[in-house]
Amino acid sequence: MSVDYALQRLGIRAVITNDHESIRTADKVIFPGVGEASTTMNFLKKEKLDILIKELKQPVLGICLGMQLMCRHSDENDTPCIGIFEEHVRKFTPETGTENINKVPQMGWNSIYKLKGKIFANISEESYVYFVHSYYVSTGNDTSALCNYIHPFSAALQKDNFHATQFHPEKSGKAGSAILDNFLKI
Amino acid sequence: MLAKRIIPCLDVKDGKTVKGINFINIREVGDPVEMGAVYAAQGADELVFLDITATHEGRKTFVELVRRIAKNINIPFTVGGGVSALSDIEALLSAGADKVSINTAAIKNPGLVDQMALHFGSQFVVVAIDANEKEGNWTAFINGGRIPSDKELFSWAREVQDRGAGEILFTSMNHDGTKNGFACEATARLSESLSIPVIASGGAGNMEHFAEVFTVGKADAGLAASIFHYREITVPQLKEYLQNRNIPVRI
Repeated sequence: MSVDYALQRLGIRAVITNDHESIRTADKVIFPGVGEASTTMNFLKKEKLDILIKELKQPVLGICLGMQLMCRHSDENDTPCIGIFEEHVRKFTPETGTENINKVPQMGWNSIYKLKGKIFANISEESYVYFVHSYYVSTGNDTSALCNYIHPFSAALQKDNFHATQFHPEKSGKAGSAILDNFLKI
Repeated sequence: MLAKRIIPCLDVKDGKTVKGINFINIREVGDPVEMGAVYAAQGADELVFLDITATHEGRKTFVELVRRIAKNINIPFTVGGGVSALSDIEALLSAGADKVSINTAAIKNPGLVDQMALHFGSQFVVVAIDANEKEGNWTAFINGGRIPSDKELFSWAREVQDRGAGEILFTSMNHDGTKNGFACEATARLSESLSIPVIASGGAGNMEHFAEVFTVGKADAGLAASIFHYREITVPQLKEYLQNRNIPVRI
């Protein structure tokens, strides 16, 4: 819903659907998500959307849980995921005694750095974007932006036509709108 | 580094923004969507909209307002006020709210916190606690600060965290409306005893008060209403001030 509103603010009409043909023929596909990994993966499998998403050729943007489900595996209820990205999804585990400093979920604005790829064109290093998550994607070959909370993790991933952000561009003020706009212009 | 959040709070009555002084004597100050958009453009990190009449009146207007806010504002926002049923919460979330805060309903029916966390996820659940200190004891109040409950602030906050709340919005009734500063000691105790973020509310009168609540008070976010609404301080001024004090803020 919020993503749809953000697209409307950029003058784009989106269709919210799970229909294979509509998704396959779309100019761009956005795969947002909030919720729990295994339940959502079960839903995607039931609808055979896991296979469809992996085979898409147009630019795809996963957001938050969407990004995590595009990875190989999530520790959230030991869930095998779609496997577009090779990275793993793990839970933030602050060291004993630091739980009241390193609160989980990470909730709020954090800065991103080492930005790579088209969606970060003209986005300044150390821009602040909005995160809400208890699980994070480890860093790896597909990492296209980093963020530091407890330790560095992947704030964004990119491989071929697949893009993904752990943060919510639709809620990240001007920087977020610019990132969404960059994606729409790919 | 995760930034400390500055959150203007807009109390809404019949679709208009108001600010109560010590929870009574309400006066109008503007259109919620317009004011929210101004705050977002100024660099506010989040907004809270509380429907202060919701307990007594219909909720339809507020849901419509939430939809308008979501369409127009590009930062996260929490809504609350008189929320008591899962169906209310569902309506607010599908209208585009990022989080829903519950207060009286949680105290009357603590199981609602578990149900919200289960149905929607902890990140959508803010438990607001209005508490009053008397002889060193902090008591949570219900019905907009009108009636004392049998809950003690610190144990109640811990309980809702265990039930799945994602965040605590703590308002000190002793400090609210005074402009003498936040309840830093109680906020610090709360923040140190919890593993979820704490938003401090009540008492902001100047920029120094925010610096105090983020350092001494160990708050994750600071919330205020009148000082922003009456433009006594602006969000950009406040953030610059905090940055100069080496407090991490988003600029």
